[in-house]
Amino acid sequence: MLKQALAITGMSIRSIPERWAPSLVIVIGLAGVVAVFTALLAMARGFESTLKSTGRSDAALVLRGGSDAELNSGLDRDSVDLIKQLPGIARGPDGKPLASAEVMVIAELVRKDDVKSGANITVRGVEPAAFVLRPQLKIIAGRNFTPGLRELIVGSGVLRQFQGADIGKVVRMRGSEWTVVGEFASGDAHDSEMWADINVARSTFGRITSASSVLAALDGPDGLQKLKAAVAAEPRLSVDVMREQDYFSGQTKQFRKTIGFLAGVVTIIMGLGAVFAALNSMYAAVASRGKEIATLRAIGFRGVPVVTSVMIEALLLALAGGVLGALLAYLLFNNMSVSTLGQNFTQVVFSFKVTPQLVTQGLIIALVIGMIGGFMPALRAARLPVTTSLREQ
Amino acid sequence: MTKSGFVIANLFRKRTRTILTLLSVIMAFLLFGLLQSVNTIFNSGGDFVGATRLFVQARVSFTSPLPISMLPKLEAIPGVGRVAYQQWFGGVWQENTPLIMFATDPLRYHDVYPEWVMPDAQWQAFEHTRTGMIAGKQIADQYGWKVGQKIPINSNIYPQKNGSKAWAFDLVGIFDGKDEEWKKRTNLAFIQQDYFDEANQFGIKGRTNFYILKLSDPARAEAVSKTVDAMFENSADETKTQTEKDFNISFVKQIGDIGLIVRWILFAVFFTLLLVVGNTMAQSVRERIPELAVLKTLGFSDRSVLGFVLAEAFALVLFGGLVGLLLASIAGAMVEKGTGGQFQLSLDGSVWLLGVLAIVLMSLAVGLLPALRARRLRIVDALAGR
Repeated sequence: MLKQALAITGMSIRSIPERWAPSLVIVIGLAGVVAVFTALLAMARGFESTLKSTGRSDAALVLRGGSDAELNSGLDRDSVDLIKQLPGIARGPDGKPLASAEVMVIAELVRKDDVKSGANITVRGVEPAAFVLRPQLKIIAGRNFTPGLRELIVGSGVLRQFQGADIGKVVRMRGSEWTVVGEFASGDAHDSEMWADINVARSTFGRITSASSVLAALDGPDGLQKLKAAVAAEPRLSVDVMREQDYFSGQTKQFRKTIGFLAGVVTIIMGLGAVFAALNSMYAAVASRGKEIATLRAIGFRGVPVVTSVMIEALLLALAGGVLGALLAYLLFNNMSVSTLGQNFTQVVFSFKVTPQLVTQGLIIALVIGMIGGFMPALRAARLPVTTSLREQ
Repeated sequence: MTKSGFVIANLFRKRTRTILTLLSVIMAFLLFGLLQSVNTIFNSGGDFVGATRLFVQARVSFTSPLPISMLPKLEAIPGVGRVAYQQWFGGVWQENTPLIMFATDPLRYHDVYPEWVMPDAQWQAFEHTRTGMIAGKQIADQYGWKVGQKIPINSNIYPQKNGSKAWAFDLVGIFDGKDEEWKKRTNLAFIQQDYFDEANQFGIKGRTNFYILKLSDPARAEAVSKTVDAMFENSADETKTQTEKDFNISFVKQIGDIGLIVRWILFAVFFTLLLVVGNTMAQSVRERIPELAVLKTLGFSDRSVLGFVLAEAFALVLFGGLVGLLLASIAGAMVEKGTGGQFQLSLDGSVWLLGVLAIVLMSLAVGLLPALRARRLRIVDALAGR
């Protein structure tokens, strides 16, 4: 039986070049489905991985109660001082709490492929501890800003996507001029930001509140509980405390849901279209080989090997389509840099990530479609009445 | 047999093949309809607003407020009819449903936005009720708000004087849009700026995110924008002034290039479809070469044989395309209904128009080569099977 199946499959595969057009329909059809599926999810995956790698599990972010995002949050000077002294926060080598009060404001820059529409960019005013708390952030060109001066360092993502923020350029914000002195890279969401000295930012932007958030290193695994308990016990504070990592991960939910839904709908509809196309091609393939199959049956080949051979052909074509599609998605989109609005109402720059897992999922979808597309035609092939098929022209 | 009957009969000589091809076409156009209407939602940004209003925001970003003291200066600019302003409130309904909600001056807002339709008594109530709120019809329907109710709303930005972020407003009016376009956009709510100024804890009196200038002469939009921006240049409150339409467009662009994604997907879909239908047509012509030769022998011109094949391709794509677009309309309407009008996916005229255009182009693309082949057939060769 196995030998028969192999023999017939070998024959049918060798004859594919003679009927290349319908076979190509299957391959291209599935390449389309898999490419779209992989590319869409690669976008979601890229966004997710950028935000998930932002934020440490051993640091806590403190925001004003109920504000959800740094943009909405504001803490006065007393609260900031109070927060920094709370138990649960680690201390630096100098004995001071390892915490950075940060102020977030928004500036507009114009996208590189646009002429006038401004996009919101995060400007983060930071204290020196900010760099200790984010060791992944490195200055890769130019230098760091000088405290007290109106200088900016700009994330590499901002430089990739937006114009007017290159080193040496002057960015105007609120009637003041800021010189860009350096570029930094952190490989996470901070790449979409511009950083400055908090005191300069505070005075220039006339912030009513002293800071938007406080980021603090946690003092051991139970640091978060200690900090939360201390906040709850302090009547002068009305703030939310969360793990920095959770804050950023939480922001991916909506995007993931939206893209997941889009990918789902598009894949199902395109997949159905591809199933019909595959059925069509396989029926045509079976019909064109009617005489050959009937001959095989006449000389003693059984039905099952015939079914198997048609199925295998369909699956192989589907797999070829899937691989082609995944390859296309990889070549066209992998590491393509794009940006969208994040939780803080500012741009988050991220890159498409075509992961092995996505490719595997895409290939599985292709095989499922191939299987559905091959099954009915395979049955028909096995049931072809031998005598009439032999007589057919 | 009529000519169209002949075309249809030919199409269905291989029933399975035609039906399967049709289904592929239907799926492609279903997707086309849905994606194209998503695209329209995001790109129609401002066609409906006209150019009679300018948005003034802080140049650094519209999230930084401008002082209310700018108001008289803006009003004095020639060409400016009436000025309104709106301040983002950061409203949150129940647990964490964000609301589009602004604090504004009722009288000014009413004058600048005649597109919102609401009984005069309710406008007056909004003006005279300090804790008053008006809501668009969509949002009111969605959350079941009725005029006269006290609506509890949190702000994720502003606490009240007592430190609580739980506010409550008296719903004094529900407004609707003057036409279909505006009715679709009644998903926002307004409260009184005076009350907000006084009741918020930060005491940030007299600041607002946007000024909206209604022009007495729309032709001067460009000149007025320049005047405004020049007036505040080099001050701490530099402005950026643009038409309402441009503002809407750049706002949507912030989300990302939805159009680009849609174009890529549709490119993949139609490229595939081209192959599927093209293959079907090529096959069907190949099988019928002797028949076509007979037609020619009977006296049908080359031209009419070409016509037959093209008509077949057209009938196939047209039927599949229309069914697909129809399905997309039904699905879109269902989504729209299911989300309470939040996601307006119903296909409008422009999508249908594009769809028909795609149908014509697609039929030409898949039908032309086989049709030309049919036209070129030489009777002798075809009958001889060469």
